[in-house]
Amino acid sequence: MNAFERMNTALMVDEAKQIFKVSRQAFVDPDILAAERSRIFDKCWLYLGHSSEVPKPGDFVTRQVGGRNILFARDAKGALRAMLNTCPHRGAQVCREKHGNAKSFQCFYHGWVFGLDGALRSQPGEASYAPDFKERSTSNLQQVARFEGYRDFNFVCFDKNAESLDNYLGAVKEYLDVIADQAEAGMTIVGGTQEYSMRANWKLLTENSIDGYHALTTHATYFDYLKATNGGLAPVPLEGAARDLGNGHAVLEYKAPWGRPVAQWIPMWGEDGKKEIDRLYQDLVKRHGEERAKRIALFNRNLFVFPNLVVNDIMAVTVRTYYPVAPDFMNISAWALAPKEETDWARKYRLYNFLEFLGPGGFATPDDVEALEQCQRGFRNSAEAQWNDISKGMGKPVPAYDDELQMRAFWSNWNRHVFQTSI
Amino acid sequence: MQNISRADIEDFLFAEADLLDEWRLPEWLELFTEDAIYYVPSTDVAPDSSPDKTLFYVADDRFRLSERVKRLMKRTAHAEFPHSRTRHLVSNVRIRNRSEAELEVGSSFITYRTKDGITDTYFGSNRYRIVVENGRLRIKEKRCLLDSDGLRTQGRVSIIL
Ligand code: FES
Ligand SMILES: [Fe+2]
Repeated sequence: MNAFERMNTALMVDEAKQIFKVSRQAFVDPDILAAERSRIFDKCWLYLGHSSEVPKPGDFVTRQVGGRNILFARDAKGALRAMLNTCPHRGAQVCREKHGNAKSFQCFYHGWVFGLDGALRSQPGEASYAPDFKERSTSNLQQVARFEGYRDFNFVCFDKNAESLDNYLGAVKEYLDVIADQAEAGMTIVGGTQEYSMRANWKLLTENSIDGYHALTTHATYFDYLKATNGGLAPVPLEGAARDLGNGHAVLEYKAPWGRPVAQWIPMWGEDGKKEIDRLYQDLVKRHGEERAKRIALFNRNLFVFPNLVVNDIMAVTVRTYYPVAPDFMNISAWALAPKEETDWARKYRLYNFLEFLGPGGFATPDDVEALEQCQRGFRNSAEAQWNDISKGMGKPVPAYDDELQMRAFWSNWNRHVFQTSI
Repeated sequence: MQNISRADIEDFLFAEADLLDEWRLPEWLELFTEDAIYYVPSTDVAPDSSPDKTLFYVADDRFRLSERVKRLMKRTAHAEFPHSRTRHLVSNVRIRNRSEAELEVGSSFITYRTKDGITDTYFGSNRYRIVVENGRLRIKEKRCLLDSDGLRTQGRVSIIL
């Protein structure tokens, strides 16, 4: 019996004593990764892509999701499709481009041709096949078991009996609404994907993405940078709350001193920028009323959707997803999301904001990468030094954005899935 | 710019590489003009894309570049503390275009970075726009086009390419 089979929880929890610890085994054990694959990634709703990535019929992107190769396409009728990118004939990957526009998909191995909806259109030597061969659903590219979307965020699930996406997202939807409502004409993914990796367990990035506690130490040089800029900071203190959204989802919602292209002005953006930000804000008030406009414009959100989607609406909006390759290695993809109708001015500052802080060439993310990799190194001592502590803020009625409630929400749900128990 | 030879350019680029490998970043910064830009585009966009419209890994104007240098010289730039060891190899240097005011130069690079027992390789091509200021060669634009599939497996560009 391996160590994982002997375990029935990875958590040590005592609410009264404000103890919440996570076994470091959870970051290093290959059997735990195997259980995560079958009990989390095969069961939960996973982010596939944004509708704006395939705006026209025939547009497609190929992407790895939950270990599968997925073909995300818009068919001739304009409907979105999520198909397994595998030839029903003898298995070859059918579409080999990362993105593009196609009239059909052809498998080059023996030449089968599929429509944008995945239906087999033709195959060389058709006369040698059964007369009804093309009518059989098994001759088509296979559709993913479940495929649903909310406000242009599209998800797949490989468990055909899973609850609806709507139920699964639950309280997350309200936050996706707040984020999507900053645009009048809808949000769009801006071109250019940041694809990177870390030599660290994937759950370290879950924690890090919703960790308000590390900002001032890990990102000291980013704040130095903002101070050095001429007017890069608004006189707004970092403050706000963390919320457990159920189902392992969580959010931080807080004010912060950086500029937000929708819509918090900073002096660096000058008088023209002020006009633009004021106009954006007034538009929000017109569409949503004063109170909601304030929330959309002046509050930041680090939104986590279990198990591996992060939508951070901060100095720019990033959509980020990540998957384990091994217990100590993950691949990450990140995109920038923006209002479709945004002016060139706002788009430019949004992208600059994004890459100054976020992404593997920024002034912040490389230090996150370093922190997470150093944690993974630390876990080499996990036989003796066994526990992570995430108890910060346990005694408070409303934990702050820099407490660890959101991590406890994630880990409790993770534990329920992996050990199929409740804590 | 008519009298500048490829050998002059090679000497200049080799010296640039040495400054980076020796972590003499403030001196390296002096090789750039006051209006210089330093770009590393993401790898799924066209090489001549604009960072105003598409997401890059790095899009520094001279101010941000000088802040990048300041940052990298601090102990609190955790990704590069202690400094990694690097080796910038520059080859296939070619003057692609020559005008009165500037040279367009292409080169290939392989850069190794070692830290904590792990070595990563960055490879691709550089496109420079080079001018003469006060009798010295200066970089007006450096655009690093990575040939890798994003930054898998390097994970970051915490060094200057
Ligand atoms: S494997 Fe695709 S046509 Fe044979
Ligand atoms: Fe961070």
